[in-house]
Amino acid sequence: MSKYTPVIGLEIHVELKTKSKMFCQCDADFFDKEPNTNTCPVCLGMPGALPVPNRTAVEWAIKIGQALGCAINKQSKFDRKHYFYPDLPKAYQISQYDEPLAEHGTFEIQNPKTETSKKIGITRVHLEEDTGKLTHTGKDTLVDFNRSSVPLVEIVTEPDFDNAEDVKIFLEELHTIIRYLDVSDANMEEGSMRMEPNISLSIISNKEERMKNLPNYKVEVKNINSFNFAKKAIDFELIRQTKLLDKGETPPQETRGYDDKKGITFSQRSKEEAQDYRYFPEPDIPPMVFVDHEIEDLRKTLPELPHQKVARYIKDYDLKYADAFILTRRMKTAQFFDSIISDKTLQNIDILVKSKNIQNAVANAIINKRIPTSISQEEFLKEFIALHKPIEVDSEKLTQVIDGVIAQYANQVEQYKGGKVGLIGFFIGQVMKEMKGQADPQEVHKILLAKLQ
Amino acid sequence: MDLFGKTITELQALIKDKKVSSSEIWKYFAQRSKKINHDINAFVTLLDNPSNANVGELSGIPLAVKDNYCTKGVRTTASSKVLDDFIPPYESTVTSKLKLAGYELLGKTNMDAWAHGASTETSDYGLTKNPWDLGRYPGGSSGGSAAAVAAYMAPGAIGSDTGGSIRHPSAWCGIVGLKPTYGRVSRYGVIAMGSSFDCPGPMTQSVEDNAMLLQIMAGKDQYDATSSSDAVPDYRSEMKKKRKLKIGIAREYLKGVESDIQTAFENMVEVIKKMGHEVVDVSLMSPEYSISVYTITQRAEVSSNLGRYDGIRYANNRAYFGQEAKRRIMLGTYTLSHGYYDAFYKKAQKVRTLIKDNFKKTFEDVDLIIGPNTPVTALKVGEFEKYPFFGELMDQLNEPASAAGIPAMSIPIGLDSRNLPIGMQIMGNYFDESSIFNLAYQIEQETNFFDVIKKGKEKYK
Repeated sequence: MSKYTPVIGLEIHVELKTKSKMFCQCDADFFDKEPNTNTCPVCLGMPGALPVPNRTAVEWAIKIGQALGCAINKQSKFDRKHYFYPDLPKAYQISQYDEPLAEHGTFEIQNPKTETSKKIGITRVHLEEDTGKLTHTGKDTLVDFNRSSVPLVEIVTEPDFDNAEDVKIFLEELHTIIRYLDVSDANMEEGSMRMEPNISLSIISNKEERMKNLPNYKVEVKNINSFNFAKKAIDFELIRQTKLLDKGETPPQETRGYDDKKGITFSQRSKEEAQDYRYFPEPDIPPMVFVDHEIEDLRKTLPELPHQKVARYIKDYDLKYADAFILTRRMKTAQFFDSIISDKTLQNIDILVKSKNIQNAVANAIINKRIPTSISQEEFLKEFIALHKPIEVDSEKLTQVIDGVIAQYANQVEQYKGGKVGLIGFFIGQVMKEMKGQADPQEVHKILLAKLQ
Repeated sequence: MDLFGKTITELQALIKDKKVSSSEIWKYFAQRSKKINHDINAFVTLLDNPSNANVGELSGIPLAVKDNYCTKGVRTTASSKVLDDFIPPYESTVTSKLKLAGYELLGKTNMDAWAHGASTETSDYGLTKNPWDLGRYPGGSSGGSAAAVAAYMAPGAIGSDTGGSIRHPSAWCGIVGLKPTYGRVSRYGVIAMGSSFDCPGPMTQSVEDNAMLLQIMAGKDQYDATSSSDAVPDYRSEMKKKRKLKIGIAREYLKGVESDIQTAFENMVEVIKKMGHEVVDVSLMSPEYSISVYTITQRAEVSSNLGRYDGIRYANNRAYFGQEAKRRIMLGTYTLSHGYYDAFYKKAQKVRTLIKDNFKKTFEDVDLIIGPNTPVTALKVGEFEKYPFFGELMDQLNEPASAAGIPAMSIPIGLDSRNLPIGMQIMGNYFDESSIFNLAYQIEQETNFFDVIKKGKEKYK
């Protein structure tokens, strides 16, 4: 075991899929559009243009905060964050500084392998605008402002992670939640969800002590767009930093990039001198004030979230954690499951299930794709019932069929007797095919074993 | 027909009665402004032809618009060479509304570059001269608009007021200028100076013209989140009500004011009393606090707002910023910097709240507050040099209303011993432009503003 404990925090940016942009009426969906066609005076930062905040974006950011267990600030405001960059047309980004929409959350993650859980602190959830996009052609740099001012939610965690696996679990869970909330495509390839882990190593093993005395440096890895890359980048950093610390050096405070082809991180810029963003309250947008019932009304619109569904499936239906987990990865699947098991026909019908209960049987049918979930609820139920109908076996016919199969596949019987016992499955298959499914495979198995001895 | 000296309201009546055509009016003002502009330099850009097809209340009325309003297809420079060739692809809300009402854009008026100043001396397109004395400043930053109205190059103009930029040149050129309540008129499309102060407003020859223009300009705008959804009253009927008002005078605002101005003001107070209004003393926070609050906050906003002129997308690069803009960018950047923010910007915000509270409390007792508008009348060109923080000094009586965001108007109350106009400021409660119009109109009826506006125009007959 290493003498160092990793200290990892995350910054995640999620692009919202609102109809219009954060501060103007341009289409928020910029993907694949002719450069600079999805723009207006506001998102181009033209002289005299003013931002007007998108109410839906504000509400969605609050919902993300609520889903992550944050407190919603009754007073919140936008601030200007200044820096010069060609993709930033106003020379400031409208963001939130000291009064974010949501803060102080806790979110529990569960490791599906070990089935143990951990609490991750959510520092804040705030709303800002995306920048334009630069394309470097080698000779020139081209600016496309189609993405300028698309709403962006930033989620910041406490440095509560001590391994890359937990980071991956958290990110995947967050991704699932964002999709449940239906507020973003959270499409990694298109960059609508991007993450930046900050990583350092501490010599303090006691968590409480470690959090009180954080390491005196921090390495930030920028713009990762895959959970696997996040894990790999962190693992790479942990080894790199360990080597430096072992040599008695402190890893420099810096921003690094991740090269997914080589699987390494590389230095981008030193953070020794903290950039001064000269934050101040955005004078063009009045502060936002929310009353209790507005916040509660938004909370009521939250769907049952994946971790809540998992807990309910285990508690109410005695599902295995792994099954409940798989069922809840997509809200559509979970909703389908919910609607099937609450169907009255299913409760009133006399069918034989081998699972612990009917809910487990339905879960099984869905997870093992025995019945597709793309069909209607009625069709699914029909197939499910057919699948579990008590089989009336014509034992005379069964004996005939089994004998027939043995006779027909004499070669295979020879091979079986010669030691290729795996062929039993083949025989069962042939029998079941002849019987058109009207037999119990276990029963067939038993008879075959006896006859082939 | 001789159109000389007609107010907008009078021109509207003439058009309505078909005594004059729109094209006659256009021709008259286009020729006049072109001719007089050689002497006064009130316009950065003059239009050759009328272009508005909309029909409305302002049909046929040419107006001068300050060059910080984005006018679609018409060059807009904010009097800075940085924007030398900027032709906006969009129209400001104010000029859109005027357009809808049928107005004609006569030209874009000169100003201090980026509205930084109280003289028009910082314009990259040359100084505007005061029509009363070509050797003097017109005041600023809306100096071009004020001079255009005073010399009757336009029957009315649109300006913008951040810390006195409408009221100050209105006082120095002897016209009626209103800074409305912050949020009463949309800022969309007005090149931002101090975003939390900027107020578009009308500059006119009469109170009625002023009320009529504000009526068109005011109201909630979906493109300006800081615009107010408070209902817009019918200003002209509010203006004509026979009201007896309770008016406060703050002695704090009389300190350091030239004696001629003091005298004219005291005289005006007597007139107001005779008209039957009640005049009482009120105590307000010293204007000094407003100057500090205004200077710190406005510079911070300026340093942020000018960041976008990076030399990539507009005419000229940052080297074209003048001294004043550079000074403001530096001071604003400094006060927002890490470690200084709390001591400057944040503290200024706290004091700003106190200033607002101070006015709110005072307006529980009085309808309006009056005082001198400027400490001196129009200064001679060159005198600017003698005053560091010239704008702040000239605007010390204007900045409290700007810091608080309350409406305030400058009206002419006489001439000083050098025959230069003197202005008086009428401050009102939030969104109570009506009471300001009411008093100003009564004074106009009673005194005709001592013929100041008339005398100004007549120099250019």
